[in-house]
Amino acid sequence: MLLIYCPYCQEERPELEFAHAGEAHIARPTNMADISDEEFETFFFIRSNPKGLAYERWRHVHGCGCFFNAVRDTVSDKFLATYKTGEPKPDIDSLTKKGDGK
Amino acid sequence: MVETAAMILPHEGNAAGTGVVTITPAAFASRLSIRARAEAVAPLSRALGVKLPDAPKTSAKSRNGKRTALWLGPDEWLVIDEAGADLMAPCAKVKQLHAAVDISHRNVALIVSGKGAEAALKAGCPQNLSLEAFPVGACSRTMLGKVEVVLVRDDAETFRVEHWRSFSDYVFGFLAEAIRDPVI
Ligand SMILES: [Zn+2]
Repeated sequence: MLLIYCPYCQEERPELEFAHAGEAHIARPTNMADISDEEFETFFFIRSNPKGLAYERWRHVHGCGCFFNAVRDTVSDKFLATYKTGEPKPDIDSLTKKGDGK
Repeated sequence: MVETAAMILPHEGNAAGTGVVTITPAAFASRLSIRARAEAVAPLSRALGVKLPDAPKTSAKSRNGKRTALWLGPDEWLVIDEAGADLMAPCAKVKQLHAAVDISHRNVALIVSGKGAEAALKAGCPQNLSLEAFPVGACSRTMLGKVEVVLVRDDAETFRVEHWRSFSDYVFGFLAEAIRDPVI
């Protein structure tokens, strides 16, 4: 069973309680009516989908109900870090050096 | 002849047990779902006579022990009153912004009790339910089989399994099946 650390529940909880919610840190344009179709397409549809470390939104939907962000390795499925919504991206270099994520 | 319709309540007649665990429907209780920001937590706690806990996975009881407030999320609580008291009226007096919804009829509960209670729930709940990880008074929204439930540990060998009434047949069937396992 894959365990995911929820930053709101402050403990590791089973994967079954969580839902993936897409790429994290995508800012909604503040001038939505002014942007071109191409710019809208980029914001709305285009995702980085990296092989390796990805910043993702997750939701503890069958737990505390909160959305939070995670750094996950899409190759190994390993979570390097999870952090509360609104907190800055953690530094990937320090995460990979430290080895394990909490 | 006058025809009358009899209402069949969820879990009516549902009971199951073995030598080590029993499953019984909980008596009617009133229930309240609360969403509130930090500034409303203390006034709501005062109005309801029970502290809305701020630590994850914890619950608190009123002085008479009949009312329990469960932490579900950082801004979400479930209040259960086993005496069936009106929980909306005290909240209506609270001036701070909050959302209180009476869900007395949305939820029902089963009491799973006995030496085999923890094992019975583990048949379908992925959480660590050992006494160290899930002590007496601990509570959590989680999964049981395919449905969402709220678990409360009333004592070392007794759990309250709160769930939506439309899932009642599934939850009872799941647990009744689980306790037939010889390892439980
Ligand atoms: Zn959580």
